[in-house]
Parts: sequence; structure tokens; C-alpha cells
Amino acid sequence: MTRRVLSVLLLLFPLWAAQATELPALRWASDAQSGAPFVFHDPADQSRLTGFEYDIMQALAARMGRRPVFVQNDWDGLIPGLQRGLYDLVIDGIEITPEHRAVVAFSTPYYLTAERIAVRRGEAGLDTVDRLRGHVVGTLKDTTSMRLLEQAGGITLRTYEDETNAYSDLNNGRLDAVMLDAPIAQYYAVPDDRLKLVGAPIGSLAYGIALRQNDPVLLDAVNNGLEAMRRDGSLRRILQRWAMWTPQMAAAFDDPSTEAVPPTQWDHWLESTRPTATLGARLRRYAGFLPLIGRAALMTLAVSACAMVLAVVGGLVLALARRYGVPPLRWAATLYIEIVRGTPLLIQVLFIFYGLPSLGIRLDPFLAGVVALGLNYAAYEAENYRAGLQSVPHGQMEAAMALNLTQAQAVRHVLVPQAFRFVVPVMTNDFISLLKDSSLVSVITLSELTQAYIRLSTTYYDYLGTGLMIAAAYLLLGLPFVRLARIAERRLARSVSRRSV
Amino acid sequence: MSETRLKPFPCGSRLTPSPEPIVRIRGLHKSFDGHVVLERVSLDLQPGELLSVIGPSGCGKSTLLRCLNLLEVPDGGHIRIAGHAIDRSGVRWSRQDERLAHRLRAHVGMVFQGFNLFAHRTVLENVILAPMVARRTPRREAADAAMALLDKVGLAAVAHRYPATLSGGQQQRAAIARALAMAPSVMLYDEPTSALDPELAEEVLGVMRQLDEEGMTQIVVTHEMRFARAASDRIVFMDGGRIVEDAPPDQLFTAPADPRTRQFLRNVL
Repeated sequence: MTRRVLSVLLLLFPLWAAQATELPALRWASDAQSGAPFVFHDPADQSRLTGFEYDIMQALAARMGRRPVFVQNDWDGLIPGLQRGLYDLVIDGIEITPEHRAVVAFSTPYYLTAERIAVRRGEAGLDTVDRLRGHVVGTLKDTTSMRLLEQAGGITLRTYEDETNAYSDLNNGRLDAVMLDAPIAQYYAVPDDRLKLVGAPIGSLAYGIALRQNDPVLLDAVNNGLEAMRRDGSLRRILQRWAMWTPQMAAAFDDPSTEAVPPTQWDHWLESTRPTATLGARLRRYAGFLPLIGRAALMTLAVSACAMVLAVVGGLVLALARRYGVPPLRWAATLYIEIVRGTPLLIQVLFIFYGLPSLGIRLDPFLAGVVALGLNYAAYEAENYRAGLQSVPHGQMEAAMALNLTQAQAVRHVLVPQAFRFVVPVMTNDFISLLKDSSLVSVITLSELTQAYIRLSTTYYDYLGTGLMIAAAYLLLGLPFVRLARIAERRLARSVSRRSV
Repeated sequence: MSETRLKPFPCGSRLTPSPEPIVRIRGLHKSFDGHVVLERVSLDLQPGELLSVIGPSGCGKSTLLRCLNLLEVPDGGHIRIAGHAIDRSGVRWSRQDERLAHRLRAHVGMVFQGFNLFAHRTVLENVILAPMVARRTPRREAADAAMALLDKVGLAAVAHRYPATLSGGQQQRAAIARALAMAPSVMLYDEPTSALDPELAEEVLGVMRQLDEEGMTQIVVTHEMRFARAASDRIVFMDGGRIVEDAPPDQLFTAPADPRTRQFLRNVL
């Protein structure tokens, strides 16, 4: 229970809200969305992290006398986050390759494996890379598997960010085969009745823990810890529990032990992801998603609402600067609006989260999301308000000036309030767009609705049911504002129709 | 006649009559894009006078009025109202000029043809806005004064309604109350009844007559010849950006000196 509460706190607050213990923290990162069996959310209990790498990190940290602190990050952001100093090391099935060595330091390998080909159950013959020529094959981007398939030539390659998408396209007939690391194939293709693994393991790859290159002390500590775990068999036992102890590993780790360790984690995975046959069981599973979706919806709402406040204030400042500012201010505001409207929001989000730290500005994911969305929408709001200010009849300004108000007082008390009446319907629509655009901040590790969708759908292999639930959550969040927009429009229509000359 | 009940009130011009004119205009000049709209206009007004400005469309009479409170910035000339002077000699309108204009406007109220009430505020809020914002009058005090003014122009009953729900006559009377709330020395009216039906216009003209009786100095740009003749102390006839004739009403209407005045009166009467 404490654990559940803690992980909720960790989701809602900056991720480094630390537990109170005396041991120095070992901050390690992984992408819990990228799936089994590495680090992932337990399908039976979404608030619990699990995975063979998770187990390794717990054991390793204990051996190093450190307190493990997990930091969630998107796969693409894992290495940039490491460089930024958000955490000390990364473990997420990262292959030790010369390319990767150029940017990070690696521990000794903690797992050795190979590539496996999966095909639909009825297929035959596609069991080597050579035989895949002339076929459509899926894999993950930037992997050994991708390089092997490219080198073979004559293969139509489809690269994915997510293994579940690759396997589901194989099921759908969009792909003829999928070639991926053996652990992935074991956890996603093997349990699927419609798929089978064919041929022998291909190539070889080694997973290592990634560290910053200028951190030799920590590297030594990690390597010593791994070596101790290899010698006393604790690494083997972890892998056995995940049904991942292979003859290849036994040979490489020089550990011929025949100790029988039941594959409890593997069994738990099979149990908790088995397709639920009955409708009741399926509904029970969906009901189990509700707390997660509820939290994610709150996060979406919180990010969107804070961003909208920023957008309204920023937009007003920009609009006033453009209309009443001195020339340099006017040009600056125009330049800002054009730049923001002319570049994709996704780029802005990534720039603010990963780019600004190089200038010494570090924002936590929530703040970065609010700032990115808020500054972006401020540009659009500014244009709304400008139009709103223009739609206030000129006589209003003259009357205010004639009443001995200064220009600033006239803008503040007469123009802006009336302009707001014109723009409220548009603003409400903008807020609904913002709710939906907030899905983009899922790329900076914020646990909002879109990230919940990715997490749930990849865990359960179920894009339809979870997709409908997430869509419903977005709709429910947006509905009150749709109604608000209608009311605002009606009220505006009334006051305009009664407006005199 | 309207149901407007007018009550005397101790407002209006706070200046006692003196040989010094309360409004003094010398050589006022204004052109738009090379087209001359006002040409060397000079005019004096004594406290308590009601001056009507008449003339054909485009003669410059509205521009003259708008120059008086600097809604329109004149190109040249001298304006002095209640001791506040502005001198223009063709140079750029500066921040300093705007400050002077702001001080001058404190003594000048203006009423527009299109009322220009603040659509987002009730009648009462329209009246108290300027005292509260520009004079920092406390709300209670401003509201009490405003209710007295609204009562005076016969609008106490609609004080809490929005302008859009009022008749044109009511809106224009509210606009007058709003201008009076700043206790101006001079009131300017820019065709105050042109947008109104005759009987609604009469409500507004009635308020202006009463203000005249109370000693308010008023300048009215108008097409209401009957009102101009009956209520004015003086009438100015303008044509082509110049003052053609400046005379008491009876003299101007019965024995106009200039042929252009005669022509104009023939056309409108």
C-alpha cells in the first residue's frame, strides 16, 4: 500500500521527490513503456514496476550500498537525459555497439542474446535472413536486427518504435516476418497462438548498463557489483525466474549450475497477459485501468489548465504589445508569434525540455510541458485578442479618452473587457484543442492520458479497448468546455443583436 | 414632450461669469491628407453660454468640436479651456502634448452621435467608471453622485440595465450623465440627436436646456434648427472649414449677413 501511494506521488510530483532513507541514491533510468521483459509496469498491477532489468537494478544497488531511485524517461530521451545529469545510469536493453560507445560508457554485459525471427503460425520457410529477401520484415529502429536486415539487401524493411506494433502488424498481415531480440520475441511472440518463432538464433548482442563517460568511479562500482552477482549466481537466479537463462549465457558467464529456480516471473507474465476469453474478465481488466486513466486524466487537465492560464496572460501581453507598443516591442511580438506559429509544437516541446538545459535552464517535465504548451498557445491567443481588440468599435476608445481616461486605462477598463466577450467562444475552442495537443507532452515523460494509452496498449496488446477508454477520457475532459463555448456564443449573439448603432 | 422629470441640481459651471472667456480658440487649423478641414478658426465662449454650430455636411463643424478636446489633434492654432492651453505649430504630437491634452480633457465633457456607451457595463457602471478610474473616487461616493445624475436625467429606474436594452433617447441621456459625472466646465455635443426619432430627441434636448439654465457652458453641433434657434445664446454658421457668421439666433435666422448662410437656411428650413 505504501508502495502504491509512493508511486502515485512519484507520478504526480517531480520524479526526484526522494524517499527518506540514509543510503545515497542511485538514480537509474529506463523506459517502462517500452515493454517486457526489460522494465515495465506489472500488467496485474499498473502501479508496480517489474522486469528482469528492474530486478537486476534492485540487487545491484543493494550490493553497491545505494538506494535505487527509478526515473522514467522516453526511450529516445534516455541518453540525452543521462548526458543532462537527470540520473546516473540507464538500463533498457541497450546494445553495446561501437556507435553507442562513442557517446556513453558501458558496464560489462549483463545479458547476451541473439535475434529471432517470428512468423505467422501457418507460414513456412522464412527461417533465415537470406530467406527473408523479397519479403516485408518488421523490426525496431536503431537495433542490430535492423542493421542485419539492411545488410542482407532485398528486404523491405519496416522499423517500429514499439515491438507490440510490429507483432500486431505481423498478425494483421502487414508484415511477413518480425526479427527482434530473443527476449522480446519470447515475451511477445511466443505467448501469441497465432505466431511462432522459426530458425536458429541469429547474430549476437550484448546488453550493457550505460553511464556517462566521465564517471569512472561509478563504472567500477557497477562492474564490481555485476561481477559479484555473476559469481554468487544471483544474476543467474534472476534470469531463471524470467525464463531467460540460456546455454549461451551459461557458457559466457561460466556458470554450469543446475540449480532449479522456478520461472515465477515468466509464469506471472503469461498468467496476467493471457487473452481474456470472457466478457466479464475483460471488463474487470478494463475496470482495473480506471485508477491509472483517472490519474492520467487529472494530469492532462492540470497541464492543460496551467498552460491555458499562461497562454491567456502571454497572449494578452503579446496582443497589447503588437497594438499599442513602441515599434521595437511591436516587432519583437510579431517575430515571436511568427516563429511559434511557424514551427511544430513537438519540436518546441523537445527544445524546451532537452535543449534549454544547455543554456542552464532546467525545467521538470510538468513545468516544461506547461511552458511549451503555454508559450505555443500564447501566440495563437495573441492573434485572437488582436482580432478581438479590433472588433471593439472605435467610438468606445474615443468615449473613454473623452472621459479623461489615459490610453492605458481605456485599454484596461473598456477595450480589453469587451474584446474578451468577443474571444471567449474562440478561447474555449482553443482550450479544447490544447487538451488534445497536450498529448504531445507525453514525449517528455509526463504521465498523462496519451502516455497511459501507450503503456496500457503495449502491455496488453490491446489498442482497441484501451484506445476507446482513453478517447472517452479526452471527450469527458473536453465536454464541459464544449458546453461553455456554446453558452458563450449564445450570450455573445444576444448582446450583439441588441447592440445599437 | 417626454416624461423626463428634470430636477435642479447645484452643478454646472463652477466658474463665476467673468470677462475672461472660458473657451478661447485662435487660428485653429486642421487638414486631412492635404484637404483643409479647418482654416484659421477663432472663437470665444463666455461661461454659461450655449453655442450652436450649424452648417452643411463636411463644413468642419464636427472636426472643430473634436479638436477642442484633442480627440483630433489640430495642425496649428491655440486652444485654451478653463485655463488649460494647448499651442500647436505643426510639430509632432509629443508625450508632453498628450499630458497637457489629458489635463485639458478633465474640464471637457463630450457626447457623441452614436452614444458610445460602454456595452459591457450597466448604465450606473458607465457613469461611475471614469470618476473611479481617472479620479480614484471611492465606489460608494461615485455611485451616490451617479444616482443623483441619473435621477436628474430621468434614468434612475434603469440604472442597473445594460445600454443595449435602452431606447436611443435613454442611451443618450445616460451618455450625458456619464460626461457630467466628471464635473466638466464645458460640454461638447456632436450631433447628439441625429440618431434619434423626434420625440426621443426632445428628451435629450430637454436635458441640455436644463443644463443651460443651470449655467453650464455648452457647444452643440446640430441639425436641430428649432432647438438651435430657441435655446442658443449664439449660433455659429460654418462652411468650407471657416466660421462664416457668428450671431445671436434671432439675428442669424431673420437677417443672415452672408449669402452662404442665407442659402443654407433656405435649404434646411
